[in-house]
Amino acid sequence: MSADTIAPAIELKGISKAFGPVQANKDISIRVMPGTIHGIIGENGAGKSTLMSILYGFYKADKGEIFISGTKTEIPDSQAAIRAGIGMVFQHFKLVENFTVLENVVLGAEDGPLLKPSLAKARKQLVALSEEYELNVDPDALIEDIGVGMQQRVEILKALYRKADILILDEPTGVLTPSEADHLFRILRGLKDEGKTIILITHKLREIMDVTDTVSVMRRGEMTATVKTSETSPPQLAELMVGRKVLLEVDKTAAKPGANVLEVTDLKVTDAMGVQRLKGINLTVRAGEVLGIAGVAGNGQSQLLEVLGGMCTGTGSILVNGEPIDLSGKNSDARTRRKRGIAHVPEDRQREGLIMDFYAWENVAFGYQDDPAYSKGLLMDNAALRADTEAKIERFDVRPANPWLNAKNFSGGNQQKIVVAREIERNPDLLLIGQPTRGVDIGAIEFIHKQIIALRDAGKAILLVSVELDEIMSLSDRIAVMFDGQIMGERDPSTTNEKELGLLMAGVTETGAAA
Amino acid sequence: MDFLTLIQILDSTVRLATPLLLACLAGLFSERAGIFDIGLEGKMLAAAFFSAAIAFTTGSVWLGLLAGIGASMALSGLHGLASITFRGNQLISGVAINFLASGLTVLIAQSWFKQGGRTPSLIGNARFEPITLPFAEALQNVPFLGPIYYELLSGHSILVYIAMLCVPGSWYLLYRTRFGLRLRAVGENPAAVDTAGISVIGLRFAAVAICGILCGIAGAYLSTALQAGFVKEMTAGRGYIALAALIFAKWRPWHALFACLLFGLLQALALRSDVVESVLQVSVPDQLLNSLPYILTVIILAGFVGKAIPPRAGGEAYVKER
Amino acid sequence: MDVMPRWADVILVPIISLLIAFAISALVILAIGQDPVAAVKIMITGALGSTYGWGYTLYYATNFIFTGLAVSIAFHAKLFNIGGEGQATLGGLGVALVCLSVDWPHWALALPAALVGGAVFGAAWAAIPAYLQAKRGSHIVITTIMFNFIGLALLNYVLTNILRPQGQMDPASARFPEGANLPTLHDILAPIGISFSKAAPANITFIIAVLACVLVWLFIWRTRVGYELRAFGHSQPGAVYAGISPVKITMIAMLISGGLAGLMATNNVMGEAERLVLNSVEGAGFIGIAVALMGRSHPFGVFLAAILFGFLYQGGAELALWASIPRELIVVIQALVILFTGALDNMVRMPIQKLFLALRRSKAEG
Repeated sequence: MSADTIAPAIELKGISKAFGPVQANKDISIRVMPGTIHGIIGENGAGKSTLMSILYGFYKADKGEIFISGTKTEIPDSQAAIRAGIGMVFQHFKLVENFTVLENVVLGAEDGPLLKPSLAKARKQLVALSEEYELNVDPDALIEDIGVGMQQRVEILKALYRKADILILDEPTGVLTPSEADHLFRILRGLKDEGKTIILITHKLREIMDVTDTVSVMRRGEMTATVKTSETSPPQLAELMVGRKVLLEVDKTAAKPGANVLEVTDLKVTDAMGVQRLKGINLTVRAGEVLGIAGVAGNGQSQLLEVLGGMCTGTGSILVNGEPIDLSGKNSDARTRRKRGIAHVPEDRQREGLIMDFYAWENVAFGYQDDPAYSKGLLMDNAALRADTEAKIERFDVRPANPWLNAKNFSGGNQQKIVVAREIERNPDLLLIGQPTRGVDIGAIEFIHKQIIALRDAGKAILLVSVELDEIMSLSDRIAVMFDGQIMGERDPSTTNEKELGLLMAGVTETGAAA
Repeated sequence: MDFLTLIQILDSTVRLATPLLLACLAGLFSERAGIFDIGLEGKMLAAAFFSAAIAFTTGSVWLGLLAGIGASMALSGLHGLASITFRGNQLISGVAINFLASGLTVLIAQSWFKQGGRTPSLIGNARFEPITLPFAEALQNVPFLGPIYYELLSGHSILVYIAMLCVPGSWYLLYRTRFGLRLRAVGENPAAVDTAGISVIGLRFAAVAICGILCGIAGAYLSTALQAGFVKEMTAGRGYIALAALIFAKWRPWHALFACLLFGLLQALALRSDVVESVLQVSVPDQLLNSLPYILTVIILAGFVGKAIPPRAGGEAYVKER
Repeated sequence: MDVMPRWADVILVPIISLLIAFAISALVILAIGQDPVAAVKIMITGALGSTYGWGYTLYYATNFIFTGLAVSIAFHAKLFNIGGEGQATLGGLGVALVCLSVDWPHWALALPAALVGGAVFGAAWAAIPAYLQAKRGSHIVITTIMFNFIGLALLNYVLTNILRPQGQMDPASARFPEGANLPTLHDILAPIGISFSKAAPANITFIIAVLACVLVWLFIWRTRVGYELRAFGHSQPGAVYAGISPVKITMIAMLISGGLAGLMATNNVMGEAERLVLNSVEGAGFIGIAVALMGRSHPFGVFLAAILFGFLYQGGAELALWASIPRELIVVIQALVILFTGALDNMVRMPIQKLFLALRRSKAEG
């Protein structure tokens, strides 16, 4: 049979969806053939997740039609999607933390009003499914006690238990190490061989090339192309994603490192739940260089930035310009850190870096609210603050150039520019910067990268944390790889490659031992 | 203190614990589903008035009970509308409901019965009368066990026994049925329930409705069994004590029973400060006895006696991403 | 872009909510067989038709300004202080102790001391829940409710066993000395030739309440600590990032909140009753919640809402007197205001937002 005569497993026709004034999906049509792995690639905010949430009945489309195996199907809610044989693994898992694996799988797919028979039946099936697809999960483990890799497999099991023929995975590798990702892809290939249809949403080109048969590209809410994976290349896909040739390399000269600005020795951090997140970090950053921290999300990078930025306490020693800083007690807060010449662009600008309901000008004082330049006697000097904001807005080309707009009303890129302007213009000795370009459009990415390099060339020390390996490779002068709260090793970006870094990110050192 | 006094105090403990227990279980269903409810007080008060009013007018306490449940459920519906449908602040909604009940009951009572905001006294079939358990009279004189059976276990109104049965009933419903699994899930992570194809709104309304029924029984008990008629503000903070018991019990049914019995005992002792004085050999102000449940709850909340972790999604309206 | 213009958010939505609350109140009056129009007339003449009425309206409003500001300050830090009732109760104890401890020669000396006494006792009663919230994460809503009951029991104990003069039956303190009696609006306005009812309880603390509005406004929007308090209220992780101590801000917000609630006692205990009685607060702490919600936690809004509730209270008293509608009608109105401006805010807001969105779309297309 040729592809033309079989009905597509899924066909979407003219799907549109708006959230208030924002048009998330515009007239999208796509055909996914049964028994294939179909990739959907696009930048953050391109509308991939929205589209899949519509297919799963999580959101309701404003316009458009859905066909499952050739039949027009209404999917008003997730129940309907499940009945139509669709299962979805969300980027943020939808699991009940204090339930067991078994209870999570059964939830919503019980056989009758009483629990006991449902659980007994599910247990049998779970063991069978688990063996068939090498999922290796313990049905009686509590979700909060198992790792993210296994939690993801529970999500897959949930879909399979509901007899899903079509499985949608939204950015499944974001929280996985390269080897866990490989395990996942093996599972997906196995499912495909069983005849299941898989839709893989990602923004990582490598995954698309590795595992998909067909790939659709989304850009700003529109579907720009659908091509066979074997007939395309990463540069072509990248161009389709962003709409023009991407400048993956950052223009920079060799670093001229000076004295040590930051010296960290045996730094340990234990979180509120009693889990040790940093297990003895040692590193130095010198003036005039960028130290990049690579790693899979959740291996302690966030805690490293937080403890350096004064957002949590720890033990060990940190020297800034040779002088120790407090790691606990009342002088270990972010205010004291700023006074010591440390600026911090946090990983999550919406939760931490900005107050979304404050005006732009109020946000420019955020963290520097006790700066004498912003105060007049007992009160704050709002006029001076607004003048300073206007100057920053102009220098960093923030749009719209209106200090009276609330932070939430700027685009992601312009929000980030406000944060970066605030921190870099303090002319800090040390800049901590986490995920500088997450959710930021290409134009702003280039601008922010240039600012980072300019600060480096002005002789300042920069500690960069990013989960985007490309970003680490192109900005850093040295790369340290973190795994499980430890630094696995340091590499020179000009001599290392993604494969070597990937192994370190998975905790595999030269001696072959996994930590 | 002699044996009989002890039995009497325990007997009044059971009477006073009953409305607390019903309200506490009501709060348990609501909060386990992720809906905080500080409006237990108001729902009980509304139920107390309407059951007394209808029981008096019709002469049937059972119709009164139904009316009480209906009034309480109407307020539950309002709480659901505000906090589930319109995603409003659950605490503010609860505060509003307490005032609404406090004002409306007096207003309606006054315009209906013209007795200064109270209902006429209930007599005969308009009240829940004590039930004498089988052989209670006959065994009355058996030493030790006789008085326990006759005075303590027998001779309560039917609602007391219903409240006690609600404890294993709630436990079974929560931990052994599909509904219970889903209800507990929706209070922990509503997104998990939603993506599993179950209506979060439906489940939460169901929980709030159960809460309404139980508060309704609690209120009816106050005005038709514990006392004979409605008086202004007759709940006297019991809704808040039930809330305190719920935290004390860490949102678990059996623990709720013990917490409510403890708080009921404190209330019973506050009525018999002479007994407390003779046992402790010091004079304890009854103000202290009365506020002990509140003080104990603060101590529990402060985490000095283990940590009380409420359901994770509690107090938050469910909004899909964005 | 914001969906709605600012004025719609700040003025239109609360006014519509208020109108709905009043409409339903009118239905309630109808349902109990009374005439809403006549009721409103009685309320207006009774509360605003004479300086006597105004004197009561402003007296009640003074209480509500203090408790409304108390709830508002806490709201800005995203803390829900339901403990205004208990804090005002304890504030009364503070004021009474100050007034009774010295034979005050003149009110001008007694008042500042009483203000300190009320504020310190009110703040102290808020301090324990604040500390437990800040340090141990105990839910402040529950702890402040508990402290309302504990506070009442404590006052009951102190009044019956300590402050009650010998031979007196009711649990109340002795009368305050002459020198601690505050000038009423009559006393203040007479020298400048305005005649104001002598019998009405409104007194100099009304001016202090207005002053408190201005100071709270300056504090929230013009000082660094106010900035930090608002930032903390919007985002706790953000506050930590900006070096704002959550413990410190929680304590500051609640101490100011409790202090403001405690200040109320200078009006009702010192200015009106001139002795301490058991239930002197009469629910004003709870009305602060309605006032803060209606006033959108802005001191000017709180001022307006407090005047409105002062009007409702005095009008309600007149109703009870002349139309045999129980005072509890006011509690119902208060509940409806809290319900519509607070919990059901979205019910009013969402249709208006849709309207503005549709307007903008049609403008963009046209």
